[in-house]
Amino acid sequence: MNSLLEMRSITKEFPGVKALDNVNLTVAEGEIHAICGENGAGKSTLMKVLSGVYPAGSYDGEIHYAGNLAQFSGISDSENLGIIIIHQELALVPLLSIAENIFLGNERASNGVINWRETFRRTEDLLKKVGLSEAPGTLIESLGVGKQQLVEIAKALSKDVRLLILDEPTAALSEGDSQALLDLLLELKTQGVTSIIISHKLNEVRRVADSVTVIRDGATVSTMNTKTDDITEDRIVRDMVGRDMASRYPDRTRVAGDMLMEVKDWNVWHPEQKDRQVIRNANFNVRAGEVVGIAGLMGSGRTELAMSIFGKSYGRNISGEVSMHGQVVNVSDVPNAIKSGLAYVTEDRKTLGLILEETIIKNTTLANLEEVSSRGVLDEGQETAVAEKYRDAMNIRTPSVFQKVMNLSGGNQQKVVLSKWLFAGPEVLILDEPTRGIDVGAKFEIYGIINELSAEGKGVVMISSEMPELLGMCDRVYVMNEGALVGELTAEEASQERIMSLIVTE
Amino acid sequence: MELADNNKEGGSQSLGAYLAGHLREYGLLVALIAIMAFFQIVTNGVLLKPVNITNLFLQNSYIIIMALGMLIVIVAGHIDLSVGSVMGFIGALAAVMIVNWGWPVWMTIPACLIMGAVIGAWHGYWVAYWKIPAFIVTLAGMLVFRGLSLWLLEGQSVGPFPRSFQALSTGFIPDFLGAGRPNATSLAAGIIAVMLILWMGLKQRAQNRQYGMDDEPTAFFVVRNAIICGALLYITYKLAYFRGLPNVLVSMVLLTIVYNFITSNTTLGRRIYALGGNEKASKLSGIRTERLTFLAFVNMGLLAALAGLIFAARLNTATPKAGFGTELDVIAAVFIGGASMSGGSGKIVGAVVGAFIMGVMNNGMSIMGIGIDYQQVIKGLVLLAAVFFDVYQKNKS
Repeated sequence: MNSLLEMRSITKEFPGVKALDNVNLTVAEGEIHAICGENGAGKSTLMKVLSGVYPAGSYDGEIHYAGNLAQFSGISDSENLGIIIIHQELALVPLLSIAENIFLGNERASNGVINWRETFRRTEDLLKKVGLSEAPGTLIESLGVGKQQLVEIAKALSKDVRLLILDEPTAALSEGDSQALLDLLLELKTQGVTSIIISHKLNEVRRVADSVTVIRDGATVSTMNTKTDDITEDRIVRDMVGRDMASRYPDRTRVAGDMLMEVKDWNVWHPEQKDRQVIRNANFNVRAGEVVGIAGLMGSGRTELAMSIFGKSYGRNISGEVSMHGQVVNVSDVPNAIKSGLAYVTEDRKTLGLILEETIIKNTTLANLEEVSSRGVLDEGQETAVAEKYRDAMNIRTPSVFQKVMNLSGGNQQKVVLSKWLFAGPEVLILDEPTRGIDVGAKFEIYGIINELSAEGKGVVMISSEMPELLGMCDRVYVMNEGALVGELTAEEASQERIMSLIVTE
Repeated sequence: MELADNNKEGGSQSLGAYLAGHLREYGLLVALIAIMAFFQIVTNGVLLKPVNITNLFLQNSYIIIMALGMLIVIVAGHIDLSVGSVMGFIGALAAVMIVNWGWPVWMTIPACLIMGAVIGAWHGYWVAYWKIPAFIVTLAGMLVFRGLSLWLLEGQSVGPFPRSFQALSTGFIPDFLGAGRPNATSLAAGIIAVMLILWMGLKQRAQNRQYGMDDEPTAFFVVRNAIICGALLYITYKLAYFRGLPNVLVSMVLLTIVYNFITSNTTLGRRIYALGGNEKASKLSGIRTERLTFLAFVNMGLLAALAGLIFAARLNTATPKAGFGTELDVIAAVFIGGASMSGGSGKIVGAVVGAFIMGVMNNGMSIMGIGIDYQQVIKGLVLLAAVFFDVYQKNKS
């Protein structure tokens, strides 16, 4: 079979990080090609290189498409050649109709006047092709996610798609919608559309894919073909996670003390979609001095679990109880959660963790201003001293604590967020992706800080998408999938394969 | 008054680097001086005549007082379009209470201030707890209270006020220390103020040194304080040769000091800046953001009421047109003073200086006989220029 697309030794660097290192990807004409890899392995970066989001010249390597060397300077270049990418977050305008969305930017019009007849007629054809029986005038917001996904595909078809790229298309879909979508992909294949599908769900991959490429740490690990290779889920999992685990984690003596925090029968519903339950009956606990991990994919409900516990900062109709030292505590809002001894270090430090335009000092003391004030009047000298103390303890690299946090690197920003919460004096810290987007050196320092916290008898809950990190740091790991804690593994039992298989076999 | 920011990047820097980092603050002061100098020259010295200086304060006091509240609302990330209407409504209410109902002044003033706070609470409730954009809520308030003033006054002007009420605005501090001209009390107050400014400035400097904050180069400190203190002495000297210190000037200065303290030295102030800087992060840090937003509007209503009383007292009558369009002057003053549209930054002193810049321009252009048409155009362009300067500075860094 001819290859439609060949990406040859693609290397893409960001300041300080090599996101892609010599990646090769060959997609044959008319096949469905799956790309698998952990979060952060480089899949999305690779697709952005392919679609021209990162223009030619900003990466090394060559892209050959339909026999020619492709040098895209933007998305419109790749779209003109029939490469259409559908992102995980759908790019539809909720208050416009299906027809308007499908032809957005590509309107059926002459001299700027829209030809509604043709627009509606062509929309009907396209909807028929993707098997969606809705009127073209229906507003997007009245459709479920699954149908919206189909509208995206119809939109791609309207642009004469040749290579369709789907980034985790079934992540937000129900079982039935997922099946329908996969059937549609197989149907499109018979019509000559080539697809690349990025997915974590290996059963789906096995069902539709003709070939599978596994990417890990920004490099191609393996490419398998259903005709020549025996593709098993085990093999894919092994390729996805198999990397050496040599001492990237500082040692810690593991002593689990008394029961510190217990969460019982925790249920949370989605804040907007009334009938969608986000957390189902979660039960977990942390002992003093223990580091407990929560594994799971993005979107499995880990952040929602943490934020709903921390002062009900997420969701509605929350039920269940949180106890500290055996006593049920009030976590109805953030001030009470802090008073109860909780701290939550967010995964999204720029929008939820820091005030970027303010100084390190003001960010450090924000959650505990009482400590540096008397009768409501701040003692700036004391504040400065506190910030200096944490700068030394955390090794925050900055010329001065008067520096605005927006000028710090990701790792140093994360240390400022940690400083803020340590200064608030919690007993249990929930760390949500504490090492996301920071370099290896800073990661090691953060692991060291976590170990010190546990040595002081604090309880740490660590949410992470990086399984080696969980295995290297945690005493116990809970596995989360679709809003439920589906397994609990001790440090001895836990392995990447076991965690991954708990996740992928629902 | 401390004009210069005292918490920027640390370390020893060259004069140029320091100036670049603080250009906005010095720029504001320089702009005010330049504008005053310009009008002093083109009006042949009328601008700084004692009677005109007194007028400047009387004419702008209500704008400055409302700018204090507006700064807090804007720092918290909102806006209040209703203040002009609320000011007019409270003036009308005071007139009706005193003139029509025969209430005594001592009862009317607190009643009106409470009414102002209640109006602020009304706006704050919708903004804070129902998350309705402040623009909409206060636009509605603007219409509602404009209508209510008309209704209260039945379309007529109501007045005059008793002398004790007028004293709110047009009264002067009696001369305890001497008699007649020059007014010894004014002179003494001016000298004490200068000494306080110098003492506090030096104390701050010593503290900055101790904690390693970047302190202002000595030359800057000296020049800045020489200008501020010189101006202050000059103005008190002039005022002393007219009728002394106007009551409004005293209340204005006291309020400015109090609000400056609240915004820069208290946990309350810090939390408001945090809320405006990043509401979600503040909420997740245990700050009760709804309550703070609510309080910012209550405070705004209170100050708008005070401004309404002062304005009515100055005109000695309440008219249905009072406060018409004033909200725009107040908002412009805050933005000229360097506050950011997106919230989280801005200073009380900046807002006051911004209000003075507007006030001096109004006054100077009126003396020159420039028509109201050109005045509006010029004020509009000055506002745009000031904000452009901010944005340009930000993009450059």
